[in-house]
Amino acid sequence: MLPPASVPQLMKLKMKLKQLEGLLGSVQQFENPKIEFEQYPTGPHIASRLLFTAENSFGDVRDKVVADFGCGCGTLGLAAGLLGAEHVIGLDIDAESIEIASSNAEELELDMDFVQCDISKLRLSDQVIDTVVMNPPFGTRKKGADMDFLSMALKVASRAVYSLHKTTTRDHIKKTALRENNASSAEVLCELRFDVPQLYKFHKKREVDVAVDLWRFVPKDKQGKQL
Amino acid sequence: MRLVTHNMMSSNIKGVANGFPLLIEAAQVVEKEVDFNADFLKNIFARIEWKALVEASKTMGYSELLDNVESSMLDSEEFLRKFHHALLEIHLEEGALVCPETGRKFPITKGIPNMLLHEDECTVFVLTGHDLYHSCGTPGVLKALSIAVY
Repeated sequence: MLPPASVPQLMKLKMKLKQLEGLLGSVQQFENPKIEFEQYPTGPHIASRLLFTAENSFGDVRDKVVADFGCGCGTLGLAAGLLGAEHVIGLDIDAESIEIASSNAEELELDMDFVQCDISKLRLSDQVIDTVVMNPPFGTRKKGADMDFLSMALKVASRAVYSLHKTTTRDHIKKTALRENNASSAEVLCELRFDVPQLYKFHKKREVDVAVDLWRFVPKDKQGKQL
Repeated sequence: MRLVTHNMMSSNIKGVANGFPLLIEAAQVVEKEVDFNADFLKNIFARIEWKALVEASKTMGYSELLDNVESSMLDSEEFLRKFHHALLEIHLEEGALVCPETGRKFPITKGIPNMLLHEDECTVFVLTGHDLYHSCGTPGVLKALSIAVY
């Protein structure tokens, strides 16, 4: 019987979706999630599909520079690394999450840089990052947080932005992205159900299903032309 | 933190006109090997601020990069290897990034820079309900009788 393939070996063989989902399932999540930051884990089911689509349908991951905005425990960034991104950066406001993300990266033998920052205050180059992946706060605690993230992502990405937003906000997101945030296109790739487990005391139900859209935005070329 | 990440970052303090590049104080530098990818390097060369990379790598103890380069040098594997090393293999583990205009230090611990701003480095207070949240850094709750907006 062959020994199980190591992570680097799997990456070279072009990992399958199931393998990716399996690896992401072993990732450590928030120990004490902070409600003010809307910390919810991005489950392996959603994360694997987001990145898999980004790479296999659009070629936005392999050999690219990928940024994970609001990386939390790093799930999306790690998935990008597993699918062959050349350089991945995770950005988050919370030092504790970054520590967990850092140790997750080590577990998976992935190199990932992390920056502790407030996304809405960032000044980042718009030349270097190819793709932004994110599961941003929905704006239930800090109003407009979802749009802050989207606005910044479209400013810095050269190729594409992948993001998750509540289905109920679909029209607003599309309008704002195209009119105000420099997007040349804004498409919903699919609708997913985001399991929100009872993480916080104020959650009455044991588990709640939120309908969520997986979006792909393409920024206008920096000279203003369409990509 | 690698220099490819440093090359993207600017000081985000209010009032700063040009916060790029951040100066580096290197207390601890670590080298970690990364697979060489010539295509990636050729692609990213035009998008990197070269001068900033040269200066930063010198501060980190690596002086092999030349100040003046042209794209024809991308045909040389020797050049690409040096570029690769500076961009991806030297990590700033402990130290600080320094705003070139204000001198304000952003500490780096375990390779992670903390770019969170203090209250007076941001621009606006945002009123939410009866609590005051700073629109920068961590949301502290101030129950203030007077509100300052600037």
